[in-house]
Amino acid sequence: MTKARLLYCLCLKEAILLEAMNERKDDLKRTPLFEAHVTLGARLVPFAGWEMPLQYTSILDEARAVRTRCGIFDISHMGRVIFTGSGAASFLHSILTADVLGLQVGRARYSLVCNEEGGIIDDTLVYRWSMDRFMLVPNAANTPAVLKWVSLWISDHPDAQFQEVTHEYSMIAFQGPDAINILEKLCPISISSLRPFGCIEAQVSGRDVLLSRTGYTGEDGVELILSREHAAHLWGLLIERGAKPCGLGARDVLRLEAGLLLHGSDMDVSINPFEAGLERFVKANEEGFIAGRALAAIRVQGVSKRLVGFDLAGRNIPRHGYPILDGQKQIGGVTSGGYSPTLDKNIGLGYVPQRYSTLGSQFQIDIRGRVADAMVAHLPFYSRLRGA
Amino acid sequence: MNPSDLKYSKEHEWVRIEPGGAALIGITAFAAEQLGDVVYLDLPSVGTELKQFGKLGEVESVKAVSEVYAPISGRVIGRNEEAIAHPELVNSEPYGRGWFLRVAVKERGELDNLLSAQEYEEFLAAEV
Repeated sequence: MTKARLLYCLCLKEAILLEAMNERKDDLKRTPLFEAHVTLGARLVPFAGWEMPLQYTSILDEARAVRTRCGIFDISHMGRVIFTGSGAASFLHSILTADVLGLQVGRARYSLVCNEEGGIIDDTLVYRWSMDRFMLVPNAANTPAVLKWVSLWISDHPDAQFQEVTHEYSMIAFQGPDAINILEKLCPISISSLRPFGCIEAQVSGRDVLLSRTGYTGEDGVELILSREHAAHLWGLLIERGAKPCGLGARDVLRLEAGLLLHGSDMDVSINPFEAGLERFVKANEEGFIAGRALAAIRVQGVSKRLVGFDLAGRNIPRHGYPILDGQKQIGGVTSGGYSPTLDKNIGLGYVPQRYSTLGSQFQIDIRGRVADAMVAHLPFYSRLRGA
Repeated sequence: MNPSDLKYSKEHEWVRIEPGGAALIGITAFAAEQLGDVVYLDLPSVGTELKQFGKLGEVESVKAVSEVYAPISGRVIGRNEEAIAHPELVNSEPYGRGWFLRVAVKERGELDNLLSAQEYEEFLAAEV
């Protein structure tokens, strides 16, 4: 086996390429749970400038645990930015595709940050904690770009302020069918009555947490934002109560099965929400919205390529960057792919011309010179409501 | 631990000479651990002639794909269909039920081009 090929990883390609250049390891940031990961024997890899657990035992076992019981993920590497002031809502409304003005207190929403051309700078969650207090959670790799974009436009909103608090807080995702039950025993309030995308300030095991019924796995569960000094306590407690520690590898498997996109792999600033199949997260009213005019025009004109999910025949795994073919002709490219332990088949995401994007359309994937048949599948591949 | 009765390549494959003189080929525990969950073995069919250190196939894991090289020359006389059907055996028993191929050895002398268990461990220690 050659080391270069061994280290060639697709969804986590940035991480593994950095792993190969480990002289940069000293520059990596560590989350408040770093020691806990070392104690658990995690395989740590560089990811978006952070030293993060790729896996503790087995990526597939960890993914299965989340589908059948529950697992916890350290997601402290994700950005956290607080927005306050009477102008905070209108400012966030101006940079996000979500209708932030219409967002209720105690609710979170998935949203995109788009530039003036409609290109996707990042995908984020926006939480409304009170009328004048919000939090934005960008991807780790994109937090600098989002902060730059915020800085560029916030001066138009003198009554809005922002503060990055990534390093003050830790963030833990607790996901799986058993997660809510376990959490309720540690929490004086009812979590099961919290609706999906509801968010609330609560206490878990006596520690203040910002709790939301959200996640990136396709399972029921919560994401917890808490002061960094409490992170290890809660992490240990949840493991004691039955949560399996899960790394970025399992997170990637689960999000792909759930048809959730990964910025940097499945979309970037050259892609607009209509191409990525995310138009349902774009508000119809373009008023007071920086990307509004561009996105309204794209909505009318349509797009020439679309992101699709596909099933692959055969046992080879489709990976990021592999060409999508129609016969001899390349028509697109794979953006994510992998083996789905829940569905026991190989699945992927990629961009194809509009006319290949309907359910059941067929094309081929060039897997290192070998051609495998693929067919457009329903997204999400896996839904806990629909079942596998 | 790497069994002392096997010979190892620097590409992390192993060879075991069976009592009848045929050779079993697999990948080492180190390789399996580095790959993580193995999900697919792409192995040559019976009858294929392998050349020492030539490519014999590929192993895919959840996060990586890796080429596998023949640690010894010879003709493929058997494939481990159990491991092909259950690739996780490569992770759980790399030196046992996770073997890849059975080969009719062409030239026993080629074993001298490979490492002993102790040499392989020293190689790993220096490499990693």
